[in-house]
Amino acid sequence: MTLHAVLLPLLLSASPGHSLQDRPVPQSRPIIVASKPFGESYLLAEMFAQLLEARGFSVSRRPGLGATEIAFQALRTNAIDVYPEYTGTGLLAILGERPGPDPGEVYRRVSREFRRRFGVRWLPPLGFQNTYAIAVRQETARQYHLTTLSDLARVSSRLRAGLTADFIGRADGLPGIEGAYGIRFRAVRALLPAVKYQALAAGEVDVIDGYSTDGFIVRYNVVILEDDRRFFPPYEAAALVSSGFAREFPAAVGVLTELSGLLTEADMRRLNRRIEVDRIPVDRVAGGALLALGITRAAAGTSGFSRTHESGVARYLWDQRSSILALTLRHLLLVSISLLAAILCAVPLGLALERRRGSAEPVIRGIGLLQTLPSIALLAFMIPLLGIGVIPALVALFLYSLYPILRNTYTGVRDAAPDAVGAAWALGMTPRQTLRYVRLPLAAPVIMAGIRTAAVINVGTATLAAFIGAGGLGDLIAAGLALSDTRMILSGALPAAVLALLVDAGLGLCERAVQPGG
Amino acid sequence: MSPGSDAPALRAEQVSKRYGSVLALDNVSLDVRRGESVVLVGESGSGKTTLLRCFNRLVDPDAGRILIEGTNAAALDPIALRRRVGYVPQDGGLLPHWRVQRNVELVPWLRAVENARELASEALQLVGLDPAVFAERWPRELSGGQRQRVAVARALAVKPDIILLDEPFGALDAITRVELQSTFDQVRRTVGVTSLLVTHDLHEAFDLADRVVVMRQGRVEQVSTARELQEAPAGEYVRELLLRARVLRA
Repeated sequence: MTLHAVLLPLLLSASPGHSLQDRPVPQSRPIIVASKPFGESYLLAEMFAQLLEARGFSVSRRPGLGATEIAFQALRTNAIDVYPEYTGTGLLAILGERPGPDPGEVYRRVSREFRRRFGVRWLPPLGFQNTYAIAVRQETARQYHLTTLSDLARVSSRLRAGLTADFIGRADGLPGIEGAYGIRFRAVRALLPAVKYQALAAGEVDVIDGYSTDGFIVRYNVVILEDDRRFFPPYEAAALVSSGFAREFPAAVGVLTELSGLLTEADMRRLNRRIEVDRIPVDRVAGGALLALGITRAAAGTSGFSRTHESGVARYLWDQRSSILALTLRHLLLVSISLLAAILCAVPLGLALERRRGSAEPVIRGIGLLQTLPSIALLAFMIPLLGIGVIPALVALFLYSLYPILRNTYTGVRDAAPDAVGAAWALGMTPRQTLRYVRLPLAAPVIMAGIRTAAVINVGTATLAAFIGAGGLGDLIAAGLALSDTRMILSGALPAAVLALLVDAGLGLCERAVQPGG
Repeated sequence: MSPGSDAPALRAEQVSKRYGSVLALDNVSLDVRRGESVVLVGESGSGKTTLLRCFNRLVDPDAGRILIEGTNAAALDPIALRRRVGYVPQDGGLLPHWRVQRNVELVPWLRAVENARELASEALQLVGLDPAVFAERWPRELSGGQRQRVAVARALAVKPDIILLDEPFGALDAITRVELQSTFDQVRRTVGVTSLLVTHDLHEAFDLADRVVVMRQGRVEQVSTARELQEAPAGEYVRELLLRARVLRA
């Protein structure tokens, strides 16, 4: 308990690397601005944050919090205040309805339904849509005279498509355009989002799917074919704000609407390009955009995950050392607290089960089932119960650590040197003495092995804690993945790997210390 | 020992024990006099170990009574009883994470005796191990014979009146076994301890026993001295057993 009292405030303080700008405005708590884990969402959230800061509000950032389900759950439960969302996504993924072709219609529908069902509000759209875009090379467009998807349908049987797996499967993806336009590609290959533009440019495929605001559209100078039958639903970007935020900070809601209608698709492609292609830090791009729009005068201070220009991984790690160190310490705290709690629960439980072996296997297997839950799913389950941040992450990590420790404690004590245990018993040790002086010491190496297994799993799983805003090295990995920035991914993954090795080695020393018989 | 010092050290009165469908002990009665050495022999499953384990309450009989120095064992606290009666298992059962000294001190320590250290040293000397050499060794650093010596020392450290041994020398090579048998016989006579020993080796029984108890399928076939056994085996089974062990010439 005392340990928690000491450590929790440390953990609950703002994630390192995110600036908390103190303004003279008396504010009960900082406004929590979150984003989904991809570049444009980071950018819009950072623009929200800097705009609010420029108007005197203090802000706490949760960039790359999680995909739609997680981000929306967090907003609905008032765990975050605002994040950028798209109307088509809201209708399709959250309301489960098929969007119609009219953007105004879709906006009015989500606006009304979100308010009625969840108390959540859509602010007026920012002005641009980020919908599906079908792209071809300039030469292909010239050669076949392509400007629209109807044009594409005429020649599609001669073209090879490289599409994301998501697009191939969704009703509003490939099956949809096949139905609406009669498009039939000569071949379809599943491609990862990160490589599809390169594959197109290299001529390995002729058609790809993208998003209409992708920075790579500018970078590779590809041609977007017009959706002339208006098949793709409208995905207008807007700020989605929680009921609590609207109630507590009406003035801040007003500030956010200053951005409404100001951003065009061309603007966004340009800004996304600066992030995705030119590797300029998100906060600088956001600050520059606000300045250019004339709604702030001076860029707000540095924040977010700064990125230097192209340089080697080693150099990058060195440049980022202070924030990496801070995230590593936070990572270690998450791991230590959850592991300690798991040891304190699983070891006594294992010992108790050993004394009633009939119920042992069902209980242990039941806890083992937790292990089969995908980590992301478990983290997502936590949000409605515990919100986002450190607590649900600790609970999830704790649950994952139980099984290896429990299993090894039970088996270790059960199978510990039966000769010695029998003799100790026959010479007059009480059951308690047998446990304390014989079985537990003899089982200690096996129990330690379980703890080591749990610790290494825990260090790895803790990188996922970033998705529910608990911080740690996962922040760098999530942000790096979202921005397809390998150096940033490595700056989280390498320290995590080193940490796993160090934790294992450290516990290995403990194991030698508890080795019975010197 | 209030119930009179003429009571036998160990007594089984019409003891039966059943494990599922197997009758491990079938109406067994036996007396072991103070200071006497009695050896239980028989094939596997004859019930000899089960009977032995009744005397320190590792096994509680389904029917009949066990008396320890005249007191009904069922009325005794089993933990206290075990600390009073020495015990040597077949495999030695030394605690592998304790040094020899601490292993031998086990029972004195459990009984919170003041001079546990001295008792342990005496016991080691008694079984022919120099404490200066062996006290600080780990069990894994000992030979099989040395380990069994330590196990005997551990059983004798609090100077019990009674010692139970469950095939104590069964796992040793022939030469070591003979050495240990003679050491044990000597020690037993020196300290005057009542001893009940289980073995399947008739030679061992003849060497160590004042009286031999032949058991078969949970029953006592014959109780007599080694000589009586050779001269007048009670029935065909005992005769066969002696013939096979070549302690009787056809």
